[in-house]
Amino acid sequence: MNNTNKLISVRNLTKIFSRGSILFKTYILAVNNVSFEIEMEKPEIFTLAGESGSGKSTLARMLLGLVEPTYGTILYKGKDIVQITNTKNWMWFTKEVQPIFQNPFETFSPLNRVEDYLYDTARNYKMIPKNTDKNSFLKEYLNIFGLSYDEIKGKYPHEFSGGQLQRLSIARALITNPSLLIADEPVSMIDASLRMSVVNLFKELKNRFKVSVIYITHDLATAYYISDKIAIMLRGNIVELGPVEKVLDDPLHPYTKLLKQSIPEPTIETQWDEEIKLSTVEEKEFSLSGCKFAGRCPYVMEICKTQEPEEISVDGRNIKCHLYKKS
Amino acid sequence: MKSIMDLMKHDKQFLIGFLMLIFIIFFSLLSFFSPYDPQDRYVVQRDLPPSAQHILGTNSLGQDVFWFLTFALKNSLIIGILAVVLGRIVAIIIGLLSGYIGGTFDRVITTITDSFIVLPRLPILILLSFILKGNLNFINMALLLAFFDWAWPSKRYRSQILSLKEVEFTNTARFSGRKIYEIIFKEHIPFLIPYIMADAISGFLFAIGMEITLSVLGLTNLDIPTIGTTIFWANYYQSMLKGTWWWISSPIVVLIITVLGFYLLSVSISTFLDPRIRIQSKKTGDK
Amino acid sequence: MKNLESLVKVENLKAYYFSNVYGNERTIKAVDDVSFEIFNNEILGIAGESGCGKTTLLKVLLGITKSPLSIVGGNVIYKLDQEEKNILSFSNGELRNIRWKVVSYIPQGSMNVLNPIRKIKDTFKDFMETHRPDISKDDFDTLIKDYLRSLGLPLEVLNSYPHQLSGGMRQRVTIALSTLCRPKIILADEPTTALDVVVQRGVLQLLKKIQKEEENTLVVVSHDMGIHAHISDRVAIMYAGKIIEIGPKKEIFTNPLHPYTKYLISSLPKLGDKSFKSSIPGSPPPLSNPPKGCRFHERCPESTPMCEKEEPSLVDMGEGHKIACFFVPKGGKV
Repeated sequence: MNNTNKLISVRNLTKIFSRGSILFKTYILAVNNVSFEIEMEKPEIFTLAGESGSGKSTLARMLLGLVEPTYGTILYKGKDIVQITNTKNWMWFTKEVQPIFQNPFETFSPLNRVEDYLYDTARNYKMIPKNTDKNSFLKEYLNIFGLSYDEIKGKYPHEFSGGQLQRLSIARALITNPSLLIADEPVSMIDASLRMSVVNLFKELKNRFKVSVIYITHDLATAYYISDKIAIMLRGNIVELGPVEKVLDDPLHPYTKLLKQSIPEPTIETQWDEEIKLSTVEEKEFSLSGCKFAGRCPYVMEICKTQEPEEISVDGRNIKCHLYKKS
Repeated sequence: MKSIMDLMKHDKQFLIGFLMLIFIIFFSLLSFFSPYDPQDRYVVQRDLPPSAQHILGTNSLGQDVFWFLTFALKNSLIIGILAVVLGRIVAIIIGLLSGYIGGTFDRVITTITDSFIVLPRLPILILLSFILKGNLNFINMALLLAFFDWAWPSKRYRSQILSLKEVEFTNTARFSGRKIYEIIFKEHIPFLIPYIMADAISGFLFAIGMEITLSVLGLTNLDIPTIGTTIFWANYYQSMLKGTWWWISSPIVVLIITVLGFYLLSVSISTFLDPRIRIQSKKTGDK
Repeated sequence: MKNLESLVKVENLKAYYFSNVYGNERTIKAVDDVSFEIFNNEILGIAGESGCGKTTLLKVLLGITKSPLSIVGGNVIYKLDQEEKNILSFSNGELRNIRWKVVSYIPQGSMNVLNPIRKIKDTFKDFMETHRPDISKDDFDTLIKDYLRSLGLPLEVLNSYPHQLSGGMRQRVTIALSTLCRPKIILADEPTTALDVVVQRGVLQLLKKIQKEEENTLVVVSHDMGIHAHISDRVAIMYAGKIIEIGPKKEIFTNPLHPYTKYLISSLPKLGDKSFKSSIPGSPPPLSNPPKGCRFHERCPESTPMCEKEEPSLVDMGEGHKIACFFVPKGGKV
């Protein structure tokens, strides 16, 4: 496999957290043997979908170099990012890969003006000539996003709404002209009716600015709307991965089916009928030996409780489920 | 400047504290205009009650109480400020290093810090002053006091740094190309400032209080005029029994004004600087 | 149609926040002349973007009027024991009597209100001791266990600490706690924000179940119209401190009248649909300085000069469907 063809290549990525004191340690397998890749030539939006506890945020942090993996490799444009320690490489990496965090109000320090983050980013990555005037740069740049500098000038994070601030966070991330954006639940803290303005922005990023996005969310509706590929995560494992229309129009894995059914669509035609079981104690599900969904799966079989399913390819997607094993 | 005007208008505590502070500074600056040298004794008639010539009367050593007090206050303030500055610098450095470096280094430093915290400061200071008596000039006094006052604040700064390290905007700063020292100074230290201010004032009061305690017990260099040594000499000459009340009460009144003034200032400033209040006063909408 | 017995009448309610921080005076008109009814045995949804005043409305329904919030006008009339009483004139003691027994409140982020150093069963016991002193301590255990069982919650949560439970489970425990005394009205403020999709469904199902079995009233506040589509019987849409549309769920979703309501519904993406969707242009007005006239006119595609000057009041369009707009009731004529 030619690694330099891929924008990002993740292989067997695993993260184990240990909790407890020296005597009584419990281990949590937050991310278990995750592999996927994104091509370099065509920008794409790749969604990592899952509920809380699925490991998607931990995965995002590893991709950003903020958390060290326990095993596995992450190759960005052929370079192993775990090896990035010195400043020069870090500057190169952070120019290429930028984050969008979940809570826009925590993304910026409440004591600093938002515009300073944008201006500093531009200067630090040498995106503008040394003596460029702050006003003229910001006016021009924000115009691209349909934002007026006058509305933003001199303001602190709390003077904005969640949606506005998140758009500014995205604007900041794009200053370095990155090739990859990693957006961790970027719209979950914004009102449902205002999400589209941010979500549409991601679509434009791919089409107009040729930026690939790893979009992390638990909201399948927005995922369907903008992604090309989707990976469904459950307790650290990718249980189904494939083109978004395939996976969401016709889900194979029982967990994907459950996720799809639970989306509260704003129409009265589809109503929830069956009652579902929820998991009780998170740690318990993590420590199950077989498939992590065995406790809640309506199609559970004996083998599911003892053996972890292997990844197999079914109908154009990768899936981890005993139901589809060809014996 | 606008902030100070705002504070003065709306916060009575700040106004009163600020006025008291102005008074204190003014009073100690008067020492530069004193017609008498505080080291001279028996230059005026002894034990005179307050009058037009001697505003606060004279003491049993033949000195004008008012002018002597200006020196006393000035020196006490200097010792207090020196002690605080030295102590806080050490506390900030250790707290920051400990918080940022973490790991074994942090554990070692924390153990040392904790040992300092449990030291009984007064008895040890008494002992040390007794030993060092002759050599206790300004600088040494300040150093000694600072030595015992850095531990507790450094723990507070460390815990603030620990939580700031994990906060999301620290990551944003890293991805904005900010270098480590920029992050420390631009992003994190502003959150420490309210604590530093509140600490500084309580440290200042500790230093002054300790100096007075030691002086009153006769353990410092009694030739240097400070609030504490004034009280010592007043006691030595039994000012209360003899009826020369102006000698012992005036340093105490000045002390009370100093303490109250700084306390009120610290409370109102740290409320004002509290990031949460600052954010609230900038918020526009509400539910 | 269900029994339309009125339980709570809100009449011209005005509740403002007055704040004065270092000389910065501000009046925030969170609830500005709101009138509606809450019926027995129904689920009423209150929808609207953040900052429209929904949470304040709930607080006032509960009688929580601590400074800086104060009631500037209007009444909140509860039907208690066949008598109509305005709770805004209740004393603290009278309010305490109705809280948790007549009306209970599930605040936003309530999954975090459980005491982290006490086991769930102890928190339940504390609650019982305070609010049901009539029940003997020996009966506590059975009562609590029976209730949890009836809700479909596993009994093992009782022996756990809050941090051992997932966010969704904590939320359901809080719901169980606040409905233990079988209140007549349950006020739930964004009960599923910050919860995942599947967990959200479980929590909403629980609320629905409680309402169905007790035949009481549930008021659900949420900015997500999808939630209202699945759980509410009637929906009231709030905007900038006012109710701009209210009606039965079927009406609202098949025939939304107010331009804002239409936006709220159409701005939500649907599975299987990749066609372009947009959110409402602009942002909600600040409650400290709402625009003159119809509060929505600055973002409304149908705005007319009259909309900028005068405020529309709620007009009955039939079948319990009311709307506050100049444009629509006239058949969409300008």
